[in-house]
Amino acid sequence: MLSLLIFLPLAPAVVLVAGRRIPDRVARWIWLVASLLELGLAGAMWIDYAGHYDGTELAYETDFDWIPAAGVGYHIGVDGLSLPLVVLTAVVFASCAVYAMREQRRPRQLAALFLALETVSIGLFAALDLIVFFLFFDLSLVGMYFVIAGWGHRATATRSAFKFFLYTFLGSLALLVGFIGLYVAADPHTFDMIELTEQLPLADTGLGGGLVLLAVGVGLAIKTPTFPFHTWLPPAHTDAPAIGSAVLAAVMLKMGTYGFVRIAMPMLPDSWRQWAWAIVAIGVVSVLYGALVALAQSNFKRMIAYTSVNHMGYILLALGAAGLVADSDVEARAVAVTGAVTQMVSHGLITAALFLLAGVLLSHGGTYEMDHYGGLARTTPRFAGLTAIAAFASLGLPGFSGFIAEFQIFAGSLGPATWATALALLGILITAGLFLWALHRIFLGPPKDELSHIADTTVTQTAAIAPLLALSVLIGVYPRVLLDVVDPASRMVVELVAR
Amino acid sequence: MNDEPLDLLPEMLLFGGAVATLLTGSFVSRQRQWLARLVAVAALSGSLVAAITVASDPAMMIYGSTYMLDTATSLARIVAPAAALLVIGLSVERIAGSRRESEFYVLILLASLGSVLLAGSTDLLLLIVAYLLASIPLYALAGWGRDARGAEAALKLYLMGALLGIVMMLGVTVLYGVGGGSTAYATLAAGLATAPASALALGFVATLAGLLFKVGAVPAHFWVPDAVQGASTGAAAFLTTVPKIGGLIATYRLVLLIPDERVAWPLLIAVVAAATMTLGNLAAFAQDSPARLLGYSTVSQAGYLLMAVAVATKTDQALPALLFYLAVYAVTNLGAFAAVAAFPNAHTIQDYRGLAHRRPAIATVLLVCLLGLVGTPPTGVFIGKVTVFAATWEGGMAWLVVVAAVNTVASLYYYLRWIAPAFARSSDALPLDPRHATIGAATVCGVAAVALGVASGPTLSALGGAVLP
Repeated sequence: MLSLLIFLPLAPAVVLVAGRRIPDRVARWIWLVASLLELGLAGAMWIDYAGHYDGTELAYETDFDWIPAAGVGYHIGVDGLSLPLVVLTAVVFASCAVYAMREQRRPRQLAALFLALETVSIGLFAALDLIVFFLFFDLSLVGMYFVIAGWGHRATATRSAFKFFLYTFLGSLALLVGFIGLYVAADPHTFDMIELTEQLPLADTGLGGGLVLLAVGVGLAIKTPTFPFHTWLPPAHTDAPAIGSAVLAAVMLKMGTYGFVRIAMPMLPDSWRQWAWAIVAIGVVSVLYGALVALAQSNFKRMIAYTSVNHMGYILLALGAAGLVADSDVEARAVAVTGAVTQMVSHGLITAALFLLAGVLLSHGGTYEMDHYGGLARTTPRFAGLTAIAAFASLGLPGFSGFIAEFQIFAGSLGPATWATALALLGILITAGLFLWALHRIFLGPPKDELSHIADTTVTQTAAIAPLLALSVLIGVYPRVLLDVVDPASRMVVELVAR
Repeated sequence: MNDEPLDLLPEMLLFGGAVATLLTGSFVSRQRQWLARLVAVAALSGSLVAAITVASDPAMMIYGSTYMLDTATSLARIVAPAAALLVIGLSVERIAGSRRESEFYVLILLASLGSVLLAGSTDLLLLIVAYLLASIPLYALAGWGRDARGAEAALKLYLMGALLGIVMMLGVTVLYGVGGGSTAYATLAAGLATAPASALALGFVATLAGLLFKVGAVPAHFWVPDAVQGASTGAAAFLTTVPKIGGLIATYRLVLLIPDERVAWPLLIAVVAAATMTLGNLAAFAQDSPARLLGYSTVSQAGYLLMAVAVATKTDQALPALLFYLAVYAVTNLGAFAAVAAFPNAHTIQDYRGLAHRRPAIATVLLVCLLGLVGTPPTGVFIGKVTVFAATWEGGMAWLVVVAAVNTVASLYYYLRWIAPAFARSSDALPLDPRHATIGAATVCGVAAVALGVASGPTLSALGGAVLP
């Protein structure tokens, strides 16, 4: 069933690539129907899983030999860590398909590309074999390269796509080197994640484990991205189309953070504990740096891009704190990890919404520069309302998923990493300030020039964005739907790290 | 010991095919040269089929101890004629009806035979013979077009080949001398174990020089870019693919002869590998001509391949990794060359601008093969790289894996420089005049490059056999 979920979008993608005669309108509908079908399937899987399994159990597992001579198997399955991200992926892709119902530029190819990307993204979160994980990881880069290069807005799109690909590919190869290190150290040699988690091939090797963690960590940190590996992100986002940015930020950044919980922490617990303070430090620097640079932006989309660096920093802070075993109780660290996973889902929903809103701003107003707008609240009430909700959600106001996530991160990290958490709290303050200032510049005050009379969000745009925010509110008001699945899985991760 | 002539059926078919093609080509008129092509294709196919049918036989040494039939030789026997067939497929439109059409096929058959013999020889004298047989047809092949650039390519290739061939003969003489007067690997190993280290090192390095020329590795790589650019595209594809197969397997067998406590060859090969991939990649950065770019790319690929040779005695994963990488490299490299051959009037990578819109099929092949050469999953080269990297790491050379990974990232840069315009939108693109049979060959390569990756399980398992008894 999981394989079906992974490869379902691929079939319409192949049809769309092969059928050169398919009219644009039909292509868009195929895309929409396939995405909604996928969403339904993922939702059904979620309900089934939440009803029958505890978050620590693997479900829908498939495992057969793929390249036995190299210890590679097609091993997939989901548990409380990956299932929320699988469902998030389906949600974000479906909302992108809705948003793109008005897309005029080569919708057939775009639909095929996005459906293929959906397969790749869901496959990555379901992978339980390092090579399968890497395969999807690399293919996601190829897909996103073409999204940015092919549908980017400005003349610099090709350059940005180039930079994105080179940079993240460097990360993926660092990751591969780390994977090979794990493979070679394991006995018998294997790439299977479950076996590697049980075996702990690099336990007590000191330097060896540290170097492999360094390779894996750099690879994931580039993808996440954290300071100082984030430089590919702003140009990629600025030049990507709205739905490309949404997928890049909401889904693909999670590939990095998910890798930390799925691969780095359980397979290299010794080294993780040993270097936890460094991870905490990188997290805090990302939080503050991302927030401060975002504050300095005049470009709405770049600002959102930098807040991603900030939000990903919180996740790293929590995961690092979970490794500071010495002076904290299990309970607090489990709360931190739960917060981190919740933050992945929450950031996915909110940032996807924000990037789609940035797309509305560009398509209706022609620029992302906030200084060109003003007083939009009167002329575009729906746009203003949605943006305000998304901004408040993003800065972590209670009632939204972001609050649940950040509250747990801070509550869980405060014990193990007191000073770092206190510093990171400043990040909340800065993001609150920058979002309010952005809202102020765009929506309040007198209109600046003729650009201020832009059209409001269309029905399809609203239909794409509103559900994302509704889900964020649902998690914010009734977090148990998510936490019941995530919490046991987080405890498992904390136990694995403490080994 | 076994002297059944039929054991050499694949080799004999190649040789007989060369003779038959030459005779057919000489006796039929220029309009009917397709007959010669038919003979050549039949000989190559026959050799391929014959090799596949005996591929799973147990390893054995034949004709005294001069020739080894094992997994490694089987792989060369299968990949070399298959690659030759693809080369004919991708160049047939260029050479059909030309005055020297049949000669092209004869040269390809002979050079393929030379490559197979290089792979199988376990005797220094046979190694020399195979080296000459694998080199001399290539000199003619490089100059086959008979234009100024072809002449330059042929001359450069010839000078390098002749010089390094003589160096190699010197090395063989020394090894023969210090190894107790034997040229057979089986008896030579015992003799070399007590040989003086300096003479052993001299003999080994000199013999290695010739093989590095075949492989196109640093420091014997100077011929690669010029020969690739000067020769016709089909000949260039052949030059950078088939000799590597024999050369690398011969190198593998040679290093096993040399006791590594006397001569630190693992380190030497590792340094050569690192230098080869690095220089190949750095030089490829600045290239605007697709052929030259691919030429330097094949140099860097030789570096990755040599990694497996460097850990030959350290892990039993080295040989399967090397052989698998050779096979997937062959189809992927040929696919990229086929994309060049399909558009003879495109001379710079910018000429490929907008290719994806006008020719989506061949653009996809180009994308698959270039990303394949980088090592993007799920192509075969990705699995090849993973296995070679894993073997190298297991052999205690993790630093070389890191060097190779950094090189892979660097290589992405120039492959992307080619992919980017091909997939860019463009209205003022060069009118391209595609060749259809070439596109067919390219498609076969592209499909095979992915299929070998997805279905690499059985292939890798089949390559798990031992190299020497």
